[in-house]
Amino acid sequence: MAASSVKSPAPPSGSAAKAEPAKPLKPVKPAAAKSARRNQRGAAALFMIPFFVLFAVATIAPIVYAGYMSLYTEKSSGLGFGGTERSFTGLGNFAEALGDPAFQRSFGHIAVYCLIYIPVMIGAALALALLVDSALARAKRFFQIAYYMPHAVPGLVASMVWLYLYTPGISPIVDVIENLGLGWNFFGQDEALYSIINVSAWQWIGYNMIIFYAGLQAIPRETLEAATVDGAGAMRTALQVKIPMIRSTVVLTLLFTCVGAIQLFDAPKLVQLRATELGVDWSPTMYIYNVAFDGHDYGLAAAASLLLALIAGVLSFVVTKIGNRWKES
Amino acid sequence: MSTQTAPPAAAAAAASLTTAPASGKARRPRRPRQFTSKAVVNAILIVFALYTLMPLTWLVIASTKNYRDLFATNPFSLGDFNFLNNLSELFAYNDGIYLRWLGNSVLYTVIGSLLSTIISVACGYAFDKYEFRGKDTLFGFVLIGLLVPSTVTALPLYLLASEVGMVNTYWAVLIPSLVNPFGVYLARVFSEGYVPGEVLEASRMDGAGELRTFVSVSLPMLAPGFMTIFLFSFTASWNNFYSALMMLNDEELYPANLGLYALMKSVYQHPELYPLVIIGSLVAVVPLIIAFLSLQRFWRSGLTAGAVK
Repeated sequence: MAASSVKSPAPPSGSAAKAEPAKPLKPVKPAAAKSARRNQRGAAALFMIPFFVLFAVATIAPIVYAGYMSLYTEKSSGLGFGGTERSFTGLGNFAEALGDPAFQRSFGHIAVYCLIYIPVMIGAALALALLVDSALARAKRFFQIAYYMPHAVPGLVASMVWLYLYTPGISPIVDVIENLGLGWNFFGQDEALYSIINVSAWQWIGYNMIIFYAGLQAIPRETLEAATVDGAGAMRTALQVKIPMIRSTVVLTLLFTCVGAIQLFDAPKLVQLRATELGVDWSPTMYIYNVAFDGHDYGLAAAASLLLALIAGVLSFVVTKIGNRWKES
Repeated sequence: MSTQTAPPAAAAAAASLTTAPASGKARRPRRPRQFTSKAVVNAILIVFALYTLMPLTWLVIASTKNYRDLFATNPFSLGDFNFLNNLSELFAYNDGIYLRWLGNSVLYTVIGSLLSTIISVACGYAFDKYEFRGKDTLFGFVLIGLLVPSTVTALPLYLLASEVGMVNTYWAVLIPSLVNPFGVYLARVFSEGYVPGEVLEASRMDGAGELRTFVSVSLPMLAPGFMTIFLFSFTASWNNFYSALMMLNDEELYPANLGLYALMKSVYQHPELYPLVIIGSLVAVVPLIIAFLSLQRFWRSGLTAGAVK
């Protein structure tokens, strides 16, 4: 309230000298000031209501409803069609989800995926950003556009195109591998993980490279010149000056990548169509989809969704906290 | 000398793509012994460019082939030129359902993102420019919303939508996409940076109402931020496959990516549909690439805004 009087129509004193003659008329009158304040409050409500109504309908209500659903279980009464009855189970669905080896395994898959994908993706993005940033690179603009291009492709279409590039018969890659006499089955039980990682890497290396490159461009030229004057070569400057200076961006990207990884769906869903050994519940989102739409166990799916939301929320919270700390320092 | 290490194709492409000079940095004279390291650096960059561009190149080549050539000819060589034939088959398939999918995609992504951006910008702007009781609490909700990715609310949304009978409608996909807490957050930041309080005072002084001030004074000043938020929201909705897959059964309502997925799954029974899936993917991607190339400036500012967040 106190702050609102600061923002109300009284013009800043500095501008009083150049203000038009009409100026003194309005703000002096307290009634006018009060009605202006009321107008502003009305306007604030007008501007904010659409968002908050939608937020309540499409974010809060579903979570609350899922919370309610997760407390019940539907049991088929054995007569088939429509013969289900709903009974209260308390936290039974949460216990079931947490105890389900398939759900646990899906998080294990994502952990292994992260262990390989994150170093590869961040390493490549960082290396490419440093190379494009180096004085040796030509056609920098072209490379940036080429690297960023995959990000313009919708995730599902990217996964589909790669699925075809993994398919013997139409894939140029499989041809090359066969001509080299190497055996690599993109849909094999062990290889399929790399096939999924490759789709993610293709989509994200360029995107993150551009972010790192923007960070590198923001390093003051004097700092780099000082390093050169001190006799540091290009490689040493890169490792000991440039990388430390964009450290916070790199760590943030790493954390955002983790938040993205636990939502992984499109690529494993498509690769799994051919690599059936992966299982239809390879990732947590695939598990939820499978429980809901094949198992029709909505209570369990709701509980698993809320658990995933909790994990995602905590992860994002950590990311935001760390991000803010860096922004302030 | 300097372009020697880049292949002519890359150099030509770079020349045609860049209107501005390669980079803002001044070029310093280089010593000749760096020639080899220059070659190595650019060779690595070219190899990676081949990796990023290869799938799209394959898609273009594959889209010119008929079913027989897809499997019979070398993947990177041309067979009979069937591009137009494939295209007309794609749009004729199932009474032109693909065109409908494209139209749905436009509805979900372009219209949806536009509405979502207007809603987010208005809200973020109000958070920045107006004072009222409970503002911090309310903004806390926005921040909480920011923590919960839309993927994890997809199933809860489906459950709620099926309870109220909205599953399998345009609204089931459109309404959730309108909620963009990150957009509100960004809009507040942009409003702090781009719209000085003095300008609002001046506008009010001139007798403009709050709504008019927003539309004709503040919104133009927020244009770059508006574009950035629009692009974020656009990317999110064109990547949205998970919740559309849950919400929609009726293929008349599918966006292009869901339609392509359905088509792709039926390829196992009907292999002759292969060329349609391939050209359909190309048709879905090309407008996005054009949009992306022409809006580059905004992409970049959006990226850095995202990184700063």
